[in-house]
Order: sequence, then structure tokens, then C-alpha cells
Amino acid sequence: MRYIPHTPQDIKDMLKTIGLDSVDDLFKSIPSELKLKADLKVPPPLAEVELKQLMAEMAERNINLTEGINFIGAGAYYHYVPSVIAALIQRGEFLTAYTPYQPEVSQGTLQSIFEFQTMMSELTGMEVANASHYDLSTACAEALMMAQRINSKKKALVARSLHPQYREVIKTYFQNQNLNIIEIPFAKNGAIDLDFIYDNLDDDVSAVMVQSPNFFGVVEDMIAVGKKVKEKPALFINVTAESLAYSVLTSPGEAGADIAVGEGMSLGLGPNYGGPYLGIFATQQKYIRSMPGRLVGQTTDKNGERGYVLTFATREQHIRREKATSNICTNQSLCALMCSIYLSLMGPEGLKKLALLNMHRLRRLEELIKIKNSAALTFNAPKFNETVIELTVPAKEAVIHLLKDRIFSGVDLATYYPELDKHLLVCTTEMVSGLDVEVFVEKLARYL
Amino acid sequence: MSENTVYQKSKKGRMGYSFDTYEVDHMTSTDFLPENLVRKTEARLPELSEFDVVRHYTRLSKKNYSIDTHFYPLGSCTMKYNPRINEETAAQKGFSQTHPMQYQYTVQGNLCLIYELGEALKQITGMDGVSLQPCAGAHGELTGLLMIRACLTDRGNPRKKIITPDSAHGTNPASAAMCGYGIVSIKTGEDGFIDPAEVQRVMNEDCAGIMITNPSTLGIFEKNIKKIADIVHAKGGLVYMDGANLNAVVGQISMADLGVDCLHINLHKTFSTPHGGGGPGAGPVVVNNVLEPYLPVPVISKDKYGRYFADYNREKTIGRMRVFLGNFAILVRAYTYIRELGLDGIKKVSKMAVLNANYIRARLKDHYQLKYDSPSLHEVVFSDATLKGTNVKTIDVAKRIIDYGFHPPTVYFPIIVPGAIMIEPTETESKETIDDFCDAMIKIAAEIKNNPEKIIRAPETTCISRLDEVKAVKEPVLRERF
Repeated sequence: MRYIPHTPQDIKDMLKTIGLDSVDDLFKSIPSELKLKADLKVPPPLAEVELKQLMAEMAERNINLTEGINFIGAGAYYHYVPSVIAALIQRGEFLTAYTPYQPEVSQGTLQSIFEFQTMMSELTGMEVANASHYDLSTACAEALMMAQRINSKKKALVARSLHPQYREVIKTYFQNQNLNIIEIPFAKNGAIDLDFIYDNLDDDVSAVMVQSPNFFGVVEDMIAVGKKVKEKPALFINVTAESLAYSVLTSPGEAGADIAVGEGMSLGLGPNYGGPYLGIFATQQKYIRSMPGRLVGQTTDKNGERGYVLTFATREQHIRREKATSNICTNQSLCALMCSIYLSLMGPEGLKKLALLNMHRLRRLEELIKIKNSAALTFNAPKFNETVIELTVPAKEAVIHLLKDRIFSGVDLATYYPELDKHLLVCTTEMVSGLDVEVFVEKLARYL
Repeated sequence: MSENTVYQKSKKGRMGYSFDTYEVDHMTSTDFLPENLVRKTEARLPELSEFDVVRHYTRLSKKNYSIDTHFYPLGSCTMKYNPRINEETAAQKGFSQTHPMQYQYTVQGNLCLIYELGEALKQITGMDGVSLQPCAGAHGELTGLLMIRACLTDRGNPRKKIITPDSAHGTNPASAAMCGYGIVSIKTGEDGFIDPAEVQRVMNEDCAGIMITNPSTLGIFEKNIKKIADIVHAKGGLVYMDGANLNAVVGQISMADLGVDCLHINLHKTFSTPHGGGGPGAGPVVVNNVLEPYLPVPVISKDKYGRYFADYNREKTIGRMRVFLGNFAILVRAYTYIRELGLDGIKKVSKMAVLNANYIRARLKDHYQLKYDSPSLHEVVFSDATLKGTNVKTIDVAKRIIDYGFHPPTVYFPIIVPGAIMIEPTETESKETIDDFCDAMIKIAAEIKNNPEKIIRAPETTCISRLDEVKAVKEPVLRERF
């Protein structure tokens, strides 16, 4: 076993120091009736060459996105990841360090988180961002819990155009909590039904949660939503699944959000079949003590040198136990680092141009759909890089058909929105060319 | 010396990106969106060349201790070597460039991996069902407790409280609270074990069950765990096991035999996925038949034709714990590791981990005091009793260890051991490394008596000396100020 360094002589010497005769004696404290009688059914060990072969075969059983043209988004956006990121995060000093509990030997991780917090605070336009959460679905649930901690109210208005799986996670988290979740419908144009918020926002509402761009790619008028929410004590939670959009859309801070949560996977992580991802969590200074998750702060050492430490730990589970703001005891440090490296490479201009390019591709797609006239655009509100198109057949059939040409054509919405059967959610990032878009629309039209 | 931040190194006009922008070079946001939807104040992001970025983050990395560079004996964290083959298999395009919303027959390799890893974890723990959705140990705890609550609700009463020993990780009570349970804390006995009589005393029809860490956070096998499980079950409760310390017993016991109904496994501990400076990890849960119907959806299953699919059709499920299917790239690493080890390797892991810990215990027990004399498994916990009468505290000892070239052990946890120093070497460290570490610890024990000032000044070899944590809270600076 190449990962274990003990020679037979080492074992003998060590046992002698301990004062035992055999390794089995080390386990004497386990009652014999609890020890395994039969061996586990785990496959035999593999040498590296066989192991590599096995894992390559498994990977090749998939059709991956580089083998075709991808139009799937829906919370996992396929963007280019610069080579520098993998090279830097594979450095053992980042990859194999633990949570920075000992700041003197963890300044690398701590400073990178501090810089990440700054970038997230800038992107969201909020005063404070934490060191990150598992992903956006769990960050949404944590945001609603935080709102309840702040105002103890029993109702939440949550957009039906919030990613359906995020809504499922929220439901799971709150199944034993006293929170009545009311879904805000979407209007005919795909944007949130503002009138519904006007009619249902009362003094008992803890939070209003709206996603923009929403699950259909529609850009919401967050300033209008924010203004309305401010008329009542409720908190406004801004959700952003496509974090590239931060660079061009009204920021959560500008919209008056109290909490902003986002999914950072777009910014340098890659699809990875859904994880690990990166939950962005930001709020205003006055709510820090109600905020879940890890925070890094700047301070000085005894010589006045600038340094960084984990801070505000009195909110956290290892100190507060059952009274903590969350049970979370990690962040996604390495993913946060990937995101920071990505944003450092892109800069404000690169990020904005990339966002424009994504919108440009979508505009092309929408134009072509209109011209071909075999499928229809479902919603006419402004969008970012994703849109819904109505087909003449069940969307699942089109998805399977276009796979023959190695086109990943989008997400069938029938599962999530029964009224949107025959509807396909389609995303265009910089990973598809103008020509790819033409090919897709052409093939789709021919099939319909 | 502190390093300038990436913002301080920024210069307007530099760029580190490479993609064709000619199509949008003369466009702006309002060419696509109405004015009222467009961002007004630009997000300030640093502007650097690619090389600036590489140098900045490489320089930052040099300010970390890591497993690759230093012995890292953090108790309860299982800081073992992270094999590089695992990184390579996870990075394969066939895995990394797949989308979670792809049609399932195009991702049979992924689903197969999830299924097979699940089978292996069931086999290793002796349990009947598994979910690989949880992203971390604490997330696994929440998943397990929600299942317990759903099961008890089905039986007619979700109950109000849950028992946790005072030695438990803080996540245990915090997860219970998120699940709507109050906490009944029980005291660890004088010998370091949970006393079944104490469980008997507090367990009643109000209690949903117990959360128990085994081996405990003292590194001790809870010898009465079966008896405790029987007491809890007799009163209609269920048993959750925190599997944080699985590395001590993997391949030696079956959790099902212990009477455990549910446990989580930290893949980033026992199964060697890298900690990454605090995540991402993964905290799968395994359950017995009692809780199997309540697993989160989807459950990855195999149909009669051998095709893998995501099964949502589960009436009693607690629901979804996370979008998509969990931290997939972490699962690939753990599966690679398990296949490399095989059965023999897995058994050897726990044996050598326990050997290393006991060797440290034997070498240090005359220099530092054990609060509990019960036999250790994978980690050993000393108290600060030998520091009494000096002005040296546990934190000072921890900082002094840094000067000897080692990462400090976990300190002040478990909270029931005064000034705890909790050392977990893992199986991947050699006798030579451990000897060096023990020699350093013994020298420090002498310094405590002869040169305490040296210890209190430590660390003196790092890029920065001790930091003012009080100031960090009193004058919070949580982001760069411009």
C-alpha cells in the first residue's frame, strides 16, 4: 500500500514502545462481539495503471459537453475556465491545507478569503460578504432562516420563478420550522407578478425572495421589487444563479436588498456534474451577527503587520452550539479561491464584455427562432443568457432527438412547470459560437 | 511580512483574460437591456495580467502550512495524504465537463460512479441505504436528523428533544436545532465513556434519540454503544452516529452491529479528499432499513436492464437536500481512493492510524497529562494539567509547535478536557515524522519549565506573529477598503 509508510520493523518497534504484542491488541477496547465476523465485500485493490483505466472507462461512458454543443443552463452555466485556475489550486499549499484555525500558518488561505469577500461584496453591491456556503440552494434556505432570526415573522414570499430545485431544498430545510412559504407567480411575460407582491405583502412577512435573472432567464425589475418590499418590515432577499450577470444587471445593493445570495459556479468552477459549487452570501453591516457562515477579518500582529483571522466566531456552532446562526462549519474555500482567481483575470472589463457576449448570443438565438417560426419564444421580457421556447412536441422528445447530432438542447420544463409542457429552457454562453446557434435553430426547426 | 492584496497590485488597463470580444466591443449593457435594469455603479474588481495573478496566488500559497508541506496532526480532522491520482481522475473531461441537467442516458458513467460509491459505503458501514447529496459532515447531520424526525412523525410523534453528550462536536446540537429539536446534554463519565445509566435516566418518550460520536471525540471507543442503542430503541428513539472518526475503525466493525440507525461519513477525512483550506468536502449519510424510505430524493438506482437512473418516486422522502446530486467531483476522488485501497488497504488504514496515535501517546504520556486513561484509538487527547503553576497556556504550546515545523494539533476541543491538546496523526505519517514531532513536544515540555518566555513569544518563524483577534471583532474590517 503506497500511501502507508510502515515497514514491518517500524510496526515492531512502535508496538514495543507502546508495550503491546500485536496490532490487533490496539483494538482490544472494541468489544469482541462488535468486531467484524465476515470480510467486507469491497473490490480488491488496484494498481495505478489499472485504476486509471477503470476511471477512464467510467468517464467515457458519459457524453461530455466538449463532445457537442451545449445549450443547457438552469443553474449550472457552462463558461470557459482559464487554465491558470487548475494550475494554482492544485498547489498543495492550497489544496491540502485545513480550515485556517491557526492564522500564523494560514495567511495564504485567510488573505485569499478576505480578497474573495471583497470581490463578492463589490459584485453584489452589499456591505459584507462571508467566506461562502456549499452552494446557492442551501444558501437560499440559510438566507430565509437568517431573515426569520432577524424579524421572527412567520411568512415568506418566494418567487415561483426561483430555481425549482432551490425551492425543493427550502421546503426540505423548513419542514419542521414555522414558516408559511407562499409562492409568487410569474406574469405572462415571464417576469415576477408584482401585483401579487402588492396584494400579499403584509406585516407578517419575514422575507421576499426573488431570483434575477430568474429561472427562465428573465431579468427582473429588482428596483421595483425592492421599493415595494421596503414599505413593510419584510427583508428583501436577492438571488442570482447566473453570477456573470452581476456585472451588468442592477446589483442587489442598488435594488435595496437586505441579503444577497448567489451561485458562484459561473466564475471559474466548471460544471462538474453539479458540484462542488460556491454559495455567495452577502448582507448589510447591521445584520452581521445574524449572518451564518465563516467570516475573515483584517487585524494586526504585535508588530503592527497587517494579517487576517477568522472572526465573529461567537455566531458559530463550535462556540454557540444549539444557539448558533447555522450548523455550517466549513465554507468552500478552494472554490472561493477559484472564483477569486477567475475574477482577478477577468477584471471589471473582461467580466462585463463576457456578459455582453452572452446576451449577444441569446439575442441571435431569439432572432433566429422568430425568423424560423417553427418554435416560439414564450416570454417577451428582457433576458440575460437564457430563454424559454415553446415547441410543437414534448420538449423531452426534441432533447433526445437533437442528441443524435450531439446537441445538448436545454432543459425540458414539463417536470417543473406542468403548464409549460412542450417548453424548453435554452441557454447561450460564450461556449457556443454564432454558427452553433444557427445550427441548433436549424436542426430544431427541421425536427419540429 | 504581509503581502499586498490583489487589489493593491491592480493597475487600470491591465487584463488577464483571453476571449474574442470583437462582436460586442462597441456595445454596452443598454444595447440589450432597458436602463432601469442596468447596473449603475461598476463592481470594482482587480485588474492584473495573467502572470501577476499567478505570482500573487503562488506567493499567498507559500504562507500556508499544508499536509503536503508539514505534518498536520489536527485531532478530529484526519489530515491524511491526498493522493494525486484522485485529482487526475476527477479532472477527466468525461466527468468534469458534464452538466447536471443532461439527459440521464448520456451520463451513465456519472450515475454508475455515484451508485458504486454508495454501494461501497453501505458495505463498509454495514448499512442499507445511502445518500451522497450532503456537501459536508454538518449537512449530513441535518439530513440524518430530518430523516429521524420524519420517521418518528410517521410513528405518531416527532418528539421534542435529542440527547447529545457534552463531548460532541458543536455541529451536533446546531444541526438538531435546525431540525427543531431541543438538546438534552449528558455528561461524559469519569472514565471518558458515556454512562448507559445516564442515557437511561434522560431517555423518555419526549426524546427522539441520541447523537453519538464513535469513536468519541476523546478518541475512545464507546464500549457501551450497543447497550445505549438498545436503551434508546426500547423507548422508541433512534440512534444517529457522527462518523467523523470513522478512520479509526474502518474495516474493523460494522455500524449496523452497533445499533446505529444512521450516520454520516466525511469523505474529506476517511476517504482522503483534499480539505482545500476548509472545503469543499462531502458528508454522505448511510441508513438502515428503518430510515431508508426517508432518504433525500433523488436516490440513484439501477433498473433491470442495468441502466442507472435518478429515482424521485419515493413517497416518504424528506425531500431534496441540495440542488443537483451533491459534490460530484469530490465523490470521484473518494471512489478512486476506495478502489485503490481495496479491502486490504481499508483495513490497514485503521490499523496504522491507531498504531500511530498510540505510539504518540506512549511517547508523550510522561510529559503531558491524559485526562482519561482509557485506551486510545486514532487520536490522543492531553489536558493542560502539566501547565499548572506556569504562565504558559495550551495556545502557547500550540504556537510553539509551529516553530518546530509542525502544524499545531487541535486545541481546546473537546471542551470537557481543560486546555485540550488533541493529536491525530493518521496512517500516512511515517515513524520518523512522528518521532520528530514527539521530540519537539518533549522539548517544549522542558521549555515550559525552563524557558516559558520563549513559548509565550512563539511563533517566531512565521511570516507574521500572533494576531490581535479582539481587534478583529472590535474594529471589524471584513473587506478591502478603497
